[in-house]
Amino acid sequence: MHITLNLSSGAFAGEIKDISGANVFDCYQCGKCAAGCTVGGYIDDTPTKVIRFIQLNQRDKALDSRTPFLCAACNTCSERCPMEIDVAKIMESVRILALKEKRKPERDVAVFSELFLGSVKTTGRLFELGLTAGFNLMSGQPVKDAELGARLFRKGKIAIKPAMSGNKNVKQIFDKSEAVSGSSSKEEKAEH
Amino acid sequence: MARIGVFVCHCGENIGRTVDCSVVAKESAKLRDVVYSVDYKYMCSDPGQIMVKDAIKKHNLTGVVIASCSPLMHEKTFRRAVQETELSPFLCEMANIREQCSWVHEDKVLATKKAVDLVRLMVEKVKRNTPLEPIRIPVTKRALVIGGGIAGIQAALDIADGNQEVVMVEKSPSIGGHMAQLSETFPTLDCSQCILTPKMVSANSHKNIKLYTYTEVESVTGYIGNFDVTLRKKARYVDDSICSGCGICQEKCPQKKISSEFNTGLGKRPAIYIPFPQAVPNIPVIDKERCTYFKNGKCKACEKFCDRNAIKFDQTDEFINIKVGAIVVATGYEMYNIGKNNKNGIKGYGEYGCGEDPDIIDSLQFERLLSASGPTFGEVKRPSDGKVPETVVFLQCVGSRDKAKGMEYCSKICCMYTAKHTMLYKHKVHHGQAFVFYLDIRAGGKNYDEFVRRAIEEDGAIYLRGRVSKIYREGDKLIVKGADTLSGSQVEIAADLVVLATAITAQPDIVPLAQKLGVGYDKYHFLSEAHPKLKPVETNSAGIFLAGACQAPKDIPESVAQASAAAAKVLGLCSATELEREPYVAKVYESTCAGCGFCIEACPYKAIDNKAIVNRQGKLIKNVAYINQGLCQGCGTCLSVCRSKSIDLAGFTDEQIFSEINSLFV
Amino acid sequence: MNYGYFPGCSLHATAKEFNDSTKLVCDKLDLELKEIDKWICCGATPAHTTNQELGIALPFANLQLAADQGFDTVVAPCAACFNRLRSADFEVKHSGYTAERVGYITGSRTDINVRILHIIQLFRDEYGYSRLKEVFSKPLKGLKVANYYGCLLLRPSLVMKLDDPENPVIMDELTNLTGAESVPWAFKTECCGASLAIPETEIVLDLSKKIIDSAKNAGADVIAVACPLCHANLDMRQKQIGKKFGADYSTPVLYITQLLGLALGIDPSKLGLDSHLVDPYPVLRAKNIL
Ligand SMILES: Cc1cc2nc3c(=O)[nH]c(=O)nc-3n(C[C@H](O)[C@H](O)[C@H](O)COP(=O)(O)OP(=O)(O)OC[C@H]3O[C@@H](n4cnc5c(N)ncnc54)[C@H](O)[C@@H]3O)c2cc1C
Ligand code: SF4
Ligand code: SF4
Ligand code: SF4
Ligand code: SF4
Repeated sequence: MHITLNLSSGAFAGEIKDISGANVFDCYQCGKCAAGCTVGGYIDDTPTKVIRFIQLNQRDKALDSRTPFLCAACNTCSERCPMEIDVAKIMESVRILALKEKRKPERDVAVFSELFLGSVKTTGRLFELGLTAGFNLMSGQPVKDAELGARLFRKGKIAIKPAMSGNKNVKQIFDKSEAVSGSSSKEEKAEH
Repeated sequence: MARIGVFVCHCGENIGRTVDCSVVAKESAKLRDVVYSVDYKYMCSDPGQIMVKDAIKKHNLTGVVIASCSPLMHEKTFRRAVQETELSPFLCEMANIREQCSWVHEDKVLATKKAVDLVRLMVEKVKRNTPLEPIRIPVTKRALVIGGGIAGIQAALDIADGNQEVVMVEKSPSIGGHMAQLSETFPTLDCSQCILTPKMVSANSHKNIKLYTYTEVESVTGYIGNFDVTLRKKARYVDDSICSGCGICQEKCPQKKISSEFNTGLGKRPAIYIPFPQAVPNIPVIDKERCTYFKNGKCKACEKFCDRNAIKFDQTDEFINIKVGAIVVATGYEMYNIGKNNKNGIKGYGEYGCGEDPDIIDSLQFERLLSASGPTFGEVKRPSDGKVPETVVFLQCVGSRDKAKGMEYCSKICCMYTAKHTMLYKHKVHHGQAFVFYLDIRAGGKNYDEFVRRAIEEDGAIYLRGRVSKIYREGDKLIVKGADTLSGSQVEIAADLVVLATAITAQPDIVPLAQKLGVGYDKYHFLSEAHPKLKPVETNSAGIFLAGACQAPKDIPESVAQASAAAAKVLGLCSATELEREPYVAKVYESTCAGCGFCIEACPYKAIDNKAIVNRQGKLIKNVAYINQGLCQGCGTCLSVCRSKSIDLAGFTDEQIFSEINSLFV
Repeated sequence: MNYGYFPGCSLHATAKEFNDSTKLVCDKLDLELKEIDKWICCGATPAHTTNQELGIALPFANLQLAADQGFDTVVAPCAACFNRLRSADFEVKHSGYTAERVGYITGSRTDINVRILHIIQLFRDEYGYSRLKEVFSKPLKGLKVANYYGCLLLRPSLVMKLDDPENPVIMDELTNLTGAESVPWAFKTECCGASLAIPETEIVLDLSKKIIDSAKNAGADVIAVACPLCHANLDMRQKQIGKKFGADYSTPVLYITQLLGLALGIDPSKLGLDSHLVDPYPVLRAKNIL
């Protein structure tokens, strides 16, 4: 791996700070976040390393990392960081930026989020069956969890009809949020 | 008629860059009563000082204004030069045209104008200066050393060897401090007790040292050279003049299961106990809270078996008054506890189990496990089941460098002692493996880095760069979930024993003592030195010095060095029969003083008292305020509360200050 | 006093037994829960990890609804909803900038004051342990319970303010009140992977396996949870875990409200004990609880 450093080295850190409020230069790379990370066994870059990329202005390396997408948002890292850095929020910020720029290092997670939000947007509430089925179709594994689904169905745990009683306002909330932040799950959808 | 000389310094470029010094000199010459003025590149240099002295003689000057840096820097220099000409040094004033002018302004014209104004003020002041006499105060040639750890012992021995008396006060039953608990010491691995106990013994037997153990400082009054101290000698319930230290009482005491402080809870002691075999003095003390007799009125086994009748259940605390000229504070440190109940917003480590697992211990406990005099006689056995641990994980920086827990500082010594621990462990358990989680290895000291390298290269300790997120028990093992940031991985180790290098913290009860002494402390309650570089052993209270870890985390060599430095300061102080002080103290005009006493209340140094004025028949005329010149620090608080304007400050009289201000309006 | 009830999407679907047991228990304790009319999804993890504003506006809109409907307290049984509601409230209260944007997005005022409680807090802080102890009529003697808190309920502790983030006790205290025995174990607060369940099933299987193993090693008969996501991962995935790791996995996972319901003598089938994929009846019968 090769890194070239130049004058504008704080720029990406500034972007992250704008979204998360966290100053990555508080991080002294102790690794405690990496040590306790729930998904530590499944990621290439530890959260510590993602933060290091931000400190060193390695925008591409951070935004193309799978870590922020596999992050379970469990907050273990933020809770234990000795420098009181909200690491989970930093992961969230990187992910928001990556989505905004249509980078998808971890496609399945991104697809899932889109479908989830799509479901909420149309009905105001989540329609679980629609979500699972949609996800399996879009991720190219139509029979994944099918057996599980059948068992749940028998237990009466799967509603076949989406719930419709949610507040009508919800579409407005989505649209305005998108407008305000510029990030858009709608654009994402158009691609598929 | 006043004849004032003005000397304007360029301070190289420091002043010259923003202030036109030749203009300042020329303008000064025009001021009333100024008979001579000049500017020069470095006024503080030898030629500069000679210029001042020559001018005083040649122009018959009655006052001198040096326009240069802050008086904090060079007032002494110039006043000494002035004194050599037989002019009183108090007739020399400095106009600060550097810190208060050239360094804070950019516009040269305006800055030059301001410099002239500053000179004008000082000219007006110096015209009204009087040749004051320095105050002389007598010195009590005896020192008090508070704390009997290695720092206190070293300071006491050095002072005593310098032929001055020392009173040494230790709050616990024995002197020795933490060093007595250590096994072997870095970087040479010599046995701690072997090098410490001879010093403990000499401290106790030195003809110039009076040792009080189990004693604390009750109150302190007075000032440099003249402190009045009251000590509280806590009741030991054992007469130390009779007890021979045979120890039969310890054997007979039925209370055997009290957790031993000296063995950091890993061993037990009775209610009447000598903390450790080499304790000095070798005299037991009864722990009143745990003693059966004190709890329910029955027992007295110790008394029955003591054939010298040394047990005295009716002993009470004793108060001892002493006079000393100087004080050395050497109260040391305490280990941070990872449990939940810490004070001052300092948090525990829930993620490491808050100290509830017996096999997660701190490094001082590990020292006791390594020590031949320890609860396991030097065999490394883990507390839970006595098993010899085969995998030991050491965690550095626990509590230290951890903002979230409330301590942002580095404890400085733990990198070194952890390396030592891995070595000593390997020397004792040959097949064992030590792992160390570290953040940085701080080993700046003579032979220190080499020492750490040896632990890694020769004794096989595996160093992992990263913190640990969580430790939890799984059956017989402790699972340590850490990180190695160098390889970018999560690391999991199943350990038999975990040793935490917990932070070095200030003594939990230091604040009341610091307040009694008038010594400052930082937000972590470490005592503050007067200047971080130039006055590292002095405090802001004259005559009170610091030694050892009470000031900041320190290892033994540093503690000893600072203790010897403090001793040198004490000996320097004691070498004079009288002390000279600047005479900037408040004085009372008794004729107008109404004796209202407001100033007595206001004085932060308790320097003001009531004085009765009596006529020749001894009849009281009135009460007035009386200022003790030894205590007065010249802060001026009393002036501001005096309603009849009966107090003035020598060297800063109202007349001087007002004329300075007035000069700005002409 | 009546409480604004925010069931959240899961409790109307996969976690309907959490909904049923919560309502039955509260009924029995005379704690009146009134469902907030027209509540919407809190957005869960996907919302705040996709668009910050959305992640705050969705939950906050529910607090606005609650305030409009006259509730001063909102109770949420789902740990994820609870987490999002608290976080949104925290962000809005702590940042004028956020408040302004959320006000614009939701088109409603943001200076509202609604308390947000998790259902177990309602039992601890509102009803009180001493009263609870009185009303339990069927002690769950002999049942060993591993209480699983997971992540969303406790963290970030500064915002959740529910219990100690490293060693929480609230569920254990409730369990012990029922006469059951809560076992100490190490994985109480580990994360099960929650929102990764569908896109990254393999990860969740591994994580859930470790949690179940730890509970079993600690001697637990059942695991108690207070979150539908935890339940989904631990209960529904056990067959898959068994298959992946070639072992039998059948540790029942109950909602804490179901345990409380049993101790209150409520009919187990009404509490939804039939709807778990790992059948809890054998264990409960063996312990003479049913
Ligand atoms: C685990 C561990 C291992 C270490 N290993 C080494 C090593 O190998 N080499 C090395 O150089 N250093 C080592 N150190 C550091 C060493 O312990 C300290 O440098 C040294 O003890 C400091 O001495 P001190 O006298 O300043 O403080 P202390 O040893 O703490 O002594 C202070 C004394 O003052 C007394 N006291 C406190 N308050 C009062 C009061 N109010 N009134 C009266 N008396 C009071 C205390 O009872 C105590 O006796 C180690 C430290 C630890 C924790
Ligand atoms: S825990 Fe905090 S300080 Fe340590 S590496 Fe992670 S973000 Fe940096
Ligand atoms: S919040 Fe994300 S990065 Fe942090 S510990 Fe959990 S999974 Fe890892
Ligand atoms: S009287 Fe107290 S100290 Fe003496 S033997 Fe009895 S318990 Fe021990
Ligand atoms: S000395 Fe070493 S172990 Fe101790 S706090 Fe400093 S860096 Fe950490």
